[in-house]
Amino acid sequence: MSILKGSAWIGDESQIGVKRPFFSRIRWGKLAVISMPMFWLGLFFFVPFLVVFKISLAETAIAVPPYTSLLEWNLEEAYLNLKINLGNYFYLVEDTFYLDAYLNSIKIAAISTLITLIVAFPIAYLIARSEGSVRGLLLAAVILPFWTSFLLRVYAWMGFLKKNGIVNDMLLGMGVIDQPLQMLQTDFAVYVGIVYTYLPFMVLPLYSALEKMDMTLLEAAEDLGARPVTGFCLVTLPLALPGIIAGCLLVFIPAVGEFVIPALLGGSDTLMIGRVLWDEFFLNRDWPMASAVAIVMLIVLVLPIMLIRNTQGKEAAS
Amino acid sequence: MTSSQNIETSLSSNTATDSVPAWKQEGAEPFLRIENLTKKFGEFTAVDNISLDIYKNELFCLLGGSGSGKSTLLRMLAGFETPTSGRIIIDGTDMSGIQPWKRPVNMMFQSYALFPHLSVADNVAFGLKREGVGRAEVKQRVAQMLDMVQLGHLGKRKPHQLSGGQRQRVALARSLIKRPKLLLLDEPLGALDKKLREETQFELVNIQEELGVTFVVVTHDQEEAMTLATRIGVMNHGVIVQTDEPHDVYEYPNSRFVARFIGSVNLFAGFVVQDEPDAVHIESAEAGTTIVKHHGISCAPGQEVSVAVRPEKISISYERPTDADNILEGEIEDIAYMGSLSVFRVRLNSGKEVRVTQPNFDRHVGDRFTWNDKVFLSWKSDSTVVLTS
Repeated sequence: MSILKGSAWIGDESQIGVKRPFFSRIRWGKLAVISMPMFWLGLFFFVPFLVVFKISLAETAIAVPPYTSLLEWNLEEAYLNLKINLGNYFYLVEDTFYLDAYLNSIKIAAISTLITLIVAFPIAYLIARSEGSVRGLLLAAVILPFWTSFLLRVYAWMGFLKKNGIVNDMLLGMGVIDQPLQMLQTDFAVYVGIVYTYLPFMVLPLYSALEKMDMTLLEAAEDLGARPVTGFCLVTLPLALPGIIAGCLLVFIPAVGEFVIPALLGGSDTLMIGRVLWDEFFLNRDWPMASAVAIVMLIVLVLPIMLIRNTQGKEAAS
Repeated sequence: MTSSQNIETSLSSNTATDSVPAWKQEGAEPFLRIENLTKKFGEFTAVDNISLDIYKNELFCLLGGSGSGKSTLLRMLAGFETPTSGRIIIDGTDMSGIQPWKRPVNMMFQSYALFPHLSVADNVAFGLKREGVGRAEVKQRVAQMLDMVQLGHLGKRKPHQLSGGQRQRVALARSLIKRPKLLLLDEPLGALDKKLREETQFELVNIQEELGVTFVVVTHDQEEAMTLATRIGVMNHGVIVQTDEPHDVYEYPNSRFVARFIGSVNLFAGFVVQDEPDAVHIESAEAGTTIVKHHGISCAPGQEVSVAVRPEKISISYERPTDADNILEGEIEDIAYMGSLSVFRVRLNSGKEVRVTQPNFDRHVGDRFTWNDKVFLSWKSDSTVVLTS
């Protein structure tokens, strides 16, 4: 309490330009509040990241854990040996298998993100435009799937899509097809799985962007001679852009590294980086290689996000 | 004016013939014709069979409280609502089935509805670009329009960087850039503070006269309507109860509703006791006397009426006046000093409270009326308004 009081007082003083010694100028209350999430991030993101990075620079060894140590002590000769192995990273570039996996992951994630956006936009728009009580109900319906285990829901899709599954039975029954379609173990099933799973992550940010929009803006656009389609493109889309970007990031990032969906719904030829990672860790037991794959994936994902955030920040500042 | 509601002829129609406004000319062609327009939302009738003619270069004010249907009427003119029945004819063209983006009409929205992601100049240019006007011309016309509303230097700003008054000007510029035949304004001054309102009111009138655009303004603010309008249409429950020039609406209201809605008024309930060719006598228990009204009223003996007298038409005195037509007695209950004038609340012997305003001619306070003074209230027969509805 006294800390907060102190900071408020110092804040007032600094506004009228009174210089104080460094330590009393620090806003301790503010620092205390910010340090909690920072500590959390450091403990559960930054430290594990460093551990993974360290492993990626090691070599495989038949040991527990199955990699060599970077630092080697030799007490008799009194030297400290630092051994960094960049071979894993070179191998990532040499073997086109990994590049293919990265590119294919990005392709699948990008297409799924686009489809999710197209599916989610009308849903979000409808929710944002509906009356109070209906709106709550629709929002609840969007979030409802989270109450069931993700794994169970993916298994349910297996039941839908398999050779003698519900979708094939229905299409056969209606006479649309006379041979059951091979849907499971194809890229199609992976797209269905990703779009279905990540839909709420797209709907919610879109909804919050559209909900803030003043509907009289569209009337103003029409009044000034814009057809509804033009009004949508020139008013609704630009105003929904922050929601579109947020939603796309929320879908694209986890979709690139997705493992469960391609493993359960995809075929053996559905090459995604998540599965490669899994195989490296658990089949090859090559932890350093798997770590290198993970680090590169992180860089591939983080760089474009930082670019987007940067341009957004500049736009907001202007 | 509908004859059933109006029992008194307007006295202000004796103006010179060359300056007779269009709405008083026989057979003048209206610019905007509204024919039996009705709009229902389910069971609720928002606009009830309105017919109205508005002429070129008019600044017509639709005045009414919330829920009176004035905004719905405006939205039908813009094309955002489809009439349940009736027609809107603008400059000879029937607007039925014509979508908002094809109408020769622009609207200035109450919230201004400026596009938050576009700069001031892009907001103003929006309408021109949709018309496919060339880039150079767009630039030139936007600059011209922004200069007219005195915002030439702010073209690059975003709406959220402007003050309320500046936003209002951007909205006005944006709605005028396409040179509409008819401009609709929804509470144009509602969001401005009092001082800015007064300035903007006159500016709006100047712009309207300069460009020769026909304005239809919706407002709930009677003062705004009085200063802006060439004519006022007073709306209540989806119906236009009176259409007249501001002066006539104030001095010759045709119903209790209009009398009460515009300005303040003292109403006395009573009934006609004597109906002579040149005068009518109304006995009012509330007033505690018989009220006399000379000149042109036609009503039957025994008919129940209301007598309306504006507070500023009533004189207040200690002595019983000798030349007044109507005299009431009472006691001053409350005084509100408002600077330029004072408002007195006088309790009559009948218990009825009467509001009287008197200009403060003198600076010193000494011999002014004060609390609990016994006074006489009087007014001329001419100031009496007899209302039957």
